[in-house]
Amino acid sequence: MKRNSKAAVTTVIDGHTMIISLFGDIDHHSAKRLRGEIDNNLFTNRPKRAVLDMSDVEFMDSAGLGLILGRISCAEKIGCRLTLLSPSPQVMRILDLAGAGRLIEIKQS
Amino acid sequence: MNESTEKRKSGRPPENLKNEIRIELPSYSINEGIARSAVSVFISQLDPTFEELCDIKCAVSEAVTNSIVHGYRDGFGIVYITVKILDERTVRIEVRDKGCGIEDVKAAMQPLFTTDSEGERSGMGFTVMESFTDRLSVVSRPGKGTKVTMIKTLGERNAK
Repeated sequence: MKRNSKAAVTTVIDGHTMIISLFGDIDHHSAKRLRGEIDNNLFTNRPKRAVLDMSDVEFMDSAGLGLILGRISCAEKIGCRLTLLSPSPQVMRILDLAGAGRLIEIKQS
Repeated sequence: MNESTEKRKSGRPPENLKNEIRIELPSYSINEGIARSAVSVFISQLDPTFEELCDIKCAVSEAVTNSIVHGYRDGFGIVYITVKILDERTVRIEVRDKGCGIEDVKAAMQPLFTTDSEGERSGMGFTVMESFTDRLSVVSRPGKGTKVTMIKTLGERNAK
């Protein structure tokens, strides 16, 4: 039984690409804080490309979907191409409900 | 609420009721995670598949978040969660609040419906609940509160 894990975000810049890694459980409670941290990094560094690494996200509900959809439009505003990396099957089911595959490139590592 | 609040007298439980948990949580957003963890622990006695457990956690998270974000948007309140195991493998989850209620339930249940002006909420909460459970019913009275009931029957597990 996994305990409820606190959501976190780390950012690494690799050339023109910003790698944003999300961790833990993404729900309404954690999404607001994550959103602030991601946007702060995006708007400060204005990368040409950004990767949202989902491989360590253990749980996500529709608030996480809102977080991702919101970041797609933020990235567009600064001319940044956003890619989603390695969502788990559970995360993928939520993304599919909203047809997110049409809005963002999804890569499995 | 349209249905009368359940009050059981002591004595024998209903025949098809195998187990039950009742949780009352104040409407703090940190309790979204605590609610789904508690339900997840309770459901684990049925040895659900990982996918079934994820579905239930997600559906509970959505319902509890709705109560906190919408039901109690004007203040503080209690979210009432009852989970029952019926027959062998049917899970009935009820999430109730005494918040502001929903004016138009049918409209609120449409995919992408959101009251969020900042555009950061997906409006997919009810769609998730509907997709991840077998049956969803929403009863709401403006000014009185909302009750969401979800039923999911888990697949048979082979005896180990």
